[in-house]
Formats: sequence, structure tokens, C-alpha cells
Amino acid sequence: MTRPELSEHASPAALPGTPVLEVDDLHVEFRTRSGVVNAVNGVSYSLAAGETLAILGESGSGKSVSAQAIMGILDTPPAVITGGGIWFEGRDLLQQPAEEQRKVRGPGISMIFQDALSSLNPVYSVGYQIGEMFRAHRGMSKKDAKARAVELMDRVRIPAAKSRVNDYPHQFSGGMRQRVMIAMAIALDPRVLIADEPTTALDVTVQAQVMDLLKELQRDTGMGLILITHDLGVVNEVADNVAVMYAGRIVERGTVDDVFSDPAHPYTDGLMGSVPQVEAKGGRLQPIVGQPPNLAAIPSGCPFHPRCARRRLGAAAAPGKDCAADVPPLRLVVPGREAACHYSEEVLGV
Amino acid sequence: MSDASYGSIAASNGREADRGGRGGETLLEIRDLKKYFPLTQGILFKRTIGQVRAVDGVNLSMRRGETVGLVGESGCGKSTVSKLLVALEKPTSGSIVYKGRDVTTMNSRQLKEYRREVQIIFQDPYASLNPRMTVGDIVAEGWAVHADVAPRKGRLQRTQELLDRVGLNPDYVNRYPHQFSGGQRQRIGIARALALRPEIIVCDEPVSALDVSVQAQVVNLLEDLQDEFGLSYLFIAHDLSVVRHISDRVAVMYLGSIVEEGTDQQVYASPSHPYTQALLSSVPLHEPALRGQKDRILLQGDVPSPADPPSGCRFRTRCWKAQDICATEAPALVDRGQGHPSACHFAEAREVVPVDAE
Repeated sequence: MTRPELSEHASPAALPGTPVLEVDDLHVEFRTRSGVVNAVNGVSYSLAAGETLAILGESGSGKSVSAQAIMGILDTPPAVITGGGIWFEGRDLLQQPAEEQRKVRGPGISMIFQDALSSLNPVYSVGYQIGEMFRAHRGMSKKDAKARAVELMDRVRIPAAKSRVNDYPHQFSGGMRQRVMIAMAIALDPRVLIADEPTTALDVTVQAQVMDLLKELQRDTGMGLILITHDLGVVNEVADNVAVMYAGRIVERGTVDDVFSDPAHPYTDGLMGSVPQVEAKGGRLQPIVGQPPNLAAIPSGCPFHPRCARRRLGAAAAPGKDCAADVPPLRLVVPGREAACHYSEEVLGV
Repeated sequence: MSDASYGSIAASNGREADRGGRGGETLLEIRDLKKYFPLTQGILFKRTIGQVRAVDGVNLSMRRGETVGLVGESGCGKSTVSKLLVALEKPTSGSIVYKGRDVTTMNSRQLKEYRREVQIIFQDPYASLNPRMTVGDIVAEGWAVHADVAPRKGRLQRTQELLDRVGLNPDYVNRYPHQFSGGQRQRIGIARALALRPEIIVCDEPVSALDVSVQAQVVNLLEDLQDEFGLSYLFIAHDLSVVRHISDRVAVMYLGSIVEEGTDQQVYASPSHPYTQALLSSVPLHEPALRGQKDRILLQGDVPSPADPPSGCRFRTRCWKAQDICATEAPALVDRGQGHPSACHFAEAREVVPVDAE
């Protein structure tokens, strides 16, 4: 398993457009007492420096699990990475010993989470927690680390950073806590930042502030941003490219403009019809029927077929394209757009 | 029209009439409703050291068959309004007049009847259903108190009809809540509310906990039930898009009071209160073509504590229009020439969200 053509260029001063992170055919399953849950079933994507890639999906689609696999924070057991590779800085992280993985990930890839309050340690001051990055990875003294923490708090626009550096997480509002998380995440100038539903718990006015901050930091540092979200609006406003996940697979991928203007997968199409818009009252919503699948018993063939209005079964299907029997591969449908549907051309109307 | 009478809004709007008689006679009217929660100190000898003004002077009316949307960010008091409405909390002052009778002065017999007619659906479908009761028992529980609504004999059949009506398999009556997904549980909550044949259903963030594909199913179900049973909804949510979709009228709340009110078109297309404008400008749009076209208003700072709200206008500490008068005089919620009531001394309509090109 070698991918030299991509990894060689991954030097610290990567140019925009060069892949910094590659996920290759990742499989993750959870082995529980009641059976095996297939959370991620062959996910591949690459992220360029300066790129914002949105991973869009509903709960249980595997979007967070794939990100946790990149970060190496899956609970193992029950989670097991059963296949695939995560390429970062020319190496497959999964092939490295654990200690080596830590050294690479610590300064190189960082992550922020949905719930900032439970992600911060309540018994240490925020300054101590931000400074921990410098103490652990740069060997700085406590005093220097705290000084850097103040700088970072300024950078994420926490007002009166100097006087608040010794405050504890509960003394901050939700939006400010998320800024503390962001300060920790960007402390060591990571090449990749993974944001897992960073604004879901925040009010819309605060959400706008936090997304603005993330975009600005990205412009300054040129880091790649993986934005995991279920919010179509956030994807449209901040991402360059989008990968739509369903039942542990990517079902559609392309630029946000393309995917949102003209979806190629029935699931993406269904999502667009499910969401009311603020700019117009609109008519009746067109929801997707049924429930998201149980990952312990993913439907055969295309996992979306039981909910799909366009499915073709048995004699109605083209040879080798029976939605209930043949798994559709993620394939190039039109230039720049991939979809995992046997009948994407019909969905697109090309 | 300048005295902000709520009836005039509908009369002036042709679309209301098109929606099949929505907006009949006034069913419920909230007048200057206040709810203060005491802040106490000490364990044995509790002293009151202050008050959280969760709801501070709310006026709102609901007509038969209409949906009133109440939007606001966390902590603005919208959920307290819902609890006051279903008489789970007693107001500090003010009145809730339902069919001409004040809820705060009702006797227990009247209150029992009121509670049957005004039902509630909660946000969290996991916490609002008793895990030890079967779905059938949950839906039928209300009849134990209001026995006259459903004759004892046909209750099982009636329960199954209700489950069928909300889109659940009627054979599931003996299952427990944990056997259902989030969307299905919310349907159980809706069936429970419907069981008592209510006039009004207070929907407190009914779809916020659901995935988008399921959210749309529940929104459509609520709309169908409204048409079928002539229900009125008070739809409380923080998601401005969903509120616009479902509501006939919308009220925007900030720090315990309503800052702007009007039809969905008035509030969304020509918001006149700075807070409404900021709120709308923060909502991410779904159309790639409209990206970057909207007015960006980034608010500074956080919502002040309701225990110590600013003098005068509540919003002035974050408002870019604030002047001296804002600190001294609280602006009333009245029409200031923009066609619908707005609680701002300098109310001025402004288009924040671009109109969809399609």
C-alpha cells in the first residue's frame, strides 16, 4: 500500500491544493455484545491545505466515527479499525506504533467538539489547559506556557484575555468556551483541524461568530479544515467541498456549489427537500420516508434503497444494477462529481 | 393600526384569508405576563437576594386554527412562557385569558378543563416518555383524569386509532419507548397530546432533537393534524427556518420580552427590530447562489443576565443603534410605521435575508 505521489509533497510549507491528509478505504466496526455494528464502511477522502471539506450526515452516518479514527480517539474496544489507511505527512498513521502516532497527531492534527463544556476539564483553569499544549509538545515552562495561552486567547478574541486566563470553564459562556477549545486546537499551528459539530450547541448569533473565527484562522494559517455537521446551511456558507455520508459510506461528493444546486444522489436530494429555508416560506416539505438504517443490520445492496423513491428492483433494474442486491460504488458521474447510486444520471437529469 | 391590535395584522394581510379560514376568533390572550424566579442564598435560612426575570411583560394572542411561532435564543424565556401557558408554573403577575376566562383565577374544576384543552409536546422525546410504561398506557394516561373524553370500553381501539393517525403501527401499543427511534417517540408524544382532543397544543422545540430527514416528517404531521382537527399551535423553537415554515404569525423574544411581532412575511422579509435583523442575518442560507449576498450583522458580546437586565431597552448593550433614550425608556411593542409592532425606538424595516431568486 503505497501512495508516494501524494505523500511526498506533504512538507510543512504545503501549498494550497496539496493534500495534507488522506483517508483511504477506512473501515471501523464496533464489536458489542449484541453484535457487530458497522459504523464506517470504506470511506476515502483527501484534504488539501487551506481547503474546507464538510462531512454532511445525520446521526449514525459514521461522520464522527471516521473523524475519531483519524484522531486516534476511538474507544478500542469496542471499536476496531478493520481496514484502510490514514495518510498524514507521508506516513500511514495506522501502521505506526502508538507513541509515534501521538507525536505526529499532537501538533499536526487537532479537533474541536460539539460540547465544549464536557470537553474541558472543570478543575483546571482555561489558561492551564491551553498551556498544556506547549508544555507537553514544546517543553515550555509553566510561566511561558501561560503567556502563550494569553496570546492565543487574544487571537480567538476572548475579551480581557489577561484577566481571564486563570478563570475556570464554568465561568465562560457557551460561545466563549468554544473559543477556548479553538485556542487549544490551534495552539501548535496544526495542518489539519477537525471540527465535529462545532456550533450545534450554540445559538445562531454565536454560531455566526464562531464560524467567522474559524474561517479567519484558516485564512491566516492555511490549515485544512474538516467540518462535520448535519446543518446544510453551515455547509453552504463555509465549505468548499462536501462529502455526504449515509450508513457509514460516502454517497456523494463534489463542490458545495454543484452538490447543493443539483444533487446526484437521491439521499442528498431528499435532504434538500426536507429542510425549510429562511429566505422563503416555501411549500410543503418533502421528507425522506422511513428511518435511518440500523448499522447492525445495514440493508443489502444500496443501503438507502428501502427509503428511496427511485429504487429499481428485480426485473425493473438494469443488469448488475439491482438496488437491493448490488452495492453501488462511489463513481464519477459528471466531471468533479462522484455519487454512489446506480441511477445518478437520472437524478441529475443528464 | 398604530395601537398594535393583533387583529389588525391579519385583516391587513390577504394571505391569511387564503389559508382556509386560519385565524378565527381569539382563543387565548396573554397580557403583560411576568414570571420571576427568586435567587436564594443560604441552606437552612434561605434569603432572597435577587430575581431572575425569565418572562418580563409578554403580550401575545392566539386565534383558533392558527400557528404562532415564538423564536429566540437560549435563555430568552420562551420555554418559561410554554410552562406558564400549560399551567405548570404560576405567573408572578399578568394574565392568561382563555375563552374569556383568566387562567390565574380559575378554580380547580375550571383548571382541569383548561389543562385538557391546552396540551404540550416537549423537546426531548427521550426524557418526556416514561420508560416503564407501554406506548398504549402513555397515550391513554390522560383519560384516567379526563374519563369523559373516551368511554372506558373503546379505549384500546381509540389508542390504536391515534397511533395510526400519527403514523405508527397500531400493533405497537404494547411496546416500550426504548423500542422506538427519536422521530417515532415524538409521534408518541403527539398522540398523547391529541388523545384529550385539545384546542391548543404548545410545541416546545418539538423537532430540535430530530435528524433533518425525520424533522420534516414531524413538521408535515403537525400541519396535517392542524388541518384535520382545527388545532392552534404555539410553536416554540430556535430554528428560524422551521418557525417560518410552519407559522402564520411570528413573535421574536429577547431576554424575557417580545421585541417584534408580525406575520411571517413581515418579520422575515422586513424585520424592523435590530435584534431580529441580527438574528436573521446569522442564519446560514442553503442556496449557493445566495451565498454572500445577505447583510452580515455580527453581534458583539453575550446576552446579559436576566437577573440583572439592562435598564430601558434590553437589547441596547449589544445594539449598534443605541442612544441615550434607549437606556432610560423601555420601548413599547407598537407599530412605528413599518406595518407591524416592534419594540425599538428606532425601528426601521431592513431587508436582511435576500429574496430567493427562484
